[in-house]
Amino acid sequence: MDIITIAQFVVLGLAFFIALNSAAINVLLERKLAGFLQQRLGPYRTGPWGLLQPVADIVKLLFKEELRPKAADAFLFNLAPILAATAAFASFAVVPFGPSIDFFGLLPEAIKLQAADVNVGVLVVFAVTSMGVYGVVLAGWSSNSKYSLIGGLRSSAQMISYELSYGTALAAVILMANSLSLREIVDAQQGTWFGIIPKWYIIPQFFGFFVFMTAGIAETNRAPFDFPEAEQELVAGYHTEYSSFRFALFFLAEYVNMTLVSAIAVCLYFGGWHGPFLEGGYQSLWWFAKVFALLFFYIWMRWTLPRYRYDQLMHFGWKFLLPLAIINLLLTAAGVLYWS
Amino acid sequence: MPTLNHFLVLSGLLFAIGTAGVFLRRNLITILLSIEIMLNAVNLTFVAVGRHLGTVDGQIITFFVMTVAAAEAAVGLAIVIQLFRLRESLNPDAFTSLKW
Amino acid sequence: MDLSLFYLFGALTVAASFFVIAQRNPMHSVILLIASFIGLAGLYVLLDAPFTAVTQIIVYAGAIMVLFLFVVMLLNAPREDPPVVDPRRPLLSAGPRRIGGVLSLVFLAEIVWAFSRVPTTAMNDAPGIGDRVSSVAAIGLEIFTTHTFAFEATSVLILVAMVGAVVLARKNL
Repeated sequence: MDIITIAQFVVLGLAFFIALNSAAINVLLERKLAGFLQQRLGPYRTGPWGLLQPVADIVKLLFKEELRPKAADAFLFNLAPILAATAAFASFAVVPFGPSIDFFGLLPEAIKLQAADVNVGVLVVFAVTSMGVYGVVLAGWSSNSKYSLIGGLRSSAQMISYELSYGTALAAVILMANSLSLREIVDAQQGTWFGIIPKWYIIPQFFGFFVFMTAGIAETNRAPFDFPEAEQELVAGYHTEYSSFRFALFFLAEYVNMTLVSAIAVCLYFGGWHGPFLEGGYQSLWWFAKVFALLFFYIWMRWTLPRYRYDQLMHFGWKFLLPLAIINLLLTAAGVLYWS
Repeated sequence: MPTLNHFLVLSGLLFAIGTAGVFLRRNLITILLSIEIMLNAVNLTFVAVGRHLGTVDGQIITFFVMTVAAAEAAVGLAIVIQLFRLRESLNPDAFTSLKW
Repeated sequence: MDLSLFYLFGALTVAASFFVIAQRNPMHSVILLIASFIGLAGLYVLLDAPFTAVTQIIVYAGAIMVLFLFVVMLLNAPREDPPVVDPRRPLLSAGPRRIGGVLSLVFLAEIVWAFSRVPTTAMNDAPGIGDRVSSVAAIGLEIFTTHTFAFEATSVLILVAMVGAVVLARKNL
């Protein structure tokens, strides 16, 4: 095995490591930020400043009792959390998180900081995300409980409705970059206008970004769109009957999906790893900083906004977000035709 | 490297499974699923032959088949729901009132 | 390498499709069909058609199958009904149904026989053919120029299907 292959495996492991650890960081961030936004301290007993809180959470979840309702469909009940977690992780294979580097001259040629550079990368992410809905639907159905079933039905209706706006927003970016590869889309955003404004797509595509982020929050079932697990109505929605490790997988999937939506948003609208001051492989730091900022936004939203009502959600998705996305797409197409 | 025949035999196998499903199953939903299997077998042939001939036409026909399949699923499932409301059954043999 | 991947995806597709029709729970059938579609997407990637593979997953596995799942969930009919026993309709009983199974076996034998007569054709390995076939730009160009009429006709078809589904799904037909 030559050194390039080994390096590519290292990058693959790195992508997985980022995805896995983003969940732990999200848990800590969410608890701490929730504390600060509510004028509390948040967890502070587990380790210095509560840094070990994610570890404590995971240990607690793993040592709980595994429960399965008697009337549940055993096969699908076990399959659902696996599907949810797999779909969350699989998309990270095509997310680029840095430029091509040669690891400080260790390698004979530069390799891409991306597990796989697929020429239809954006669509791969879209496809794998659309697989994630099955985890939720199957969990809801196979639990054989009314709360789970309503949670699963709501979630699938919500995900299907918002997937349309999500895809339409993606299409506008694809039109501008003239490519389906995430790496090429990122590279199309380098440089600046007038030497000061970065050429990020958020500026021409502001409405696209708004649609993308709203639909992304709805896709990941986070507040203010967290109907599938609305506590006051549905106990815990589709994962009411889940406990221990199976629940931990759903938990993990939710946080990894948050990171995924943030990472894709960074690649599509915020110029990926491009930014001032840093050169070469250090540019990845920009990528991490931007993803972190978007995750902060995600959590901020959750602890600030109240939940929508279900009919309002559907109304918003179909009668406002989708038309906005389509108008944005048409205007972008006209603009691309005019300026090219 | 798999040859063209590999793909053709595979798609023939899939098509036969689909027809067997239509013949053997007594559930409207499973019958619709079997039709999807048959459509996919045909798609596989189109893509394989298109690759062999070096054109994208095979893939384009696949897209059209997918669109038709989506339309068929939407209308077919709407009909299935109506039939279920009528007879509380998904058995195709329950809907024989127009036969003599 | 490619051959073993072909057998992997092919086996997944065939096994999953077989169990779609070989067991009675429609919910499991839907899930198995999704697995079969994922295997097919893998085969499309082997055939240098990544765009078709992804479309297969987005459209078939991600949209059409969710529709099926919804219907199975809403109708809540997890088991297949027992056969209708009606002495006036002997053709609907289990015996003649087996003839259908035999017919499909005959059909399978016929297909295998027909394909075995085709001389073994290696995949065209002309240089650049993979790039040409996998180019999304080429597909777009072809759809919107050569196949414009088919494209427009499909959009009309979708409109018709949409109206039809809405009309059919109304409470009092």
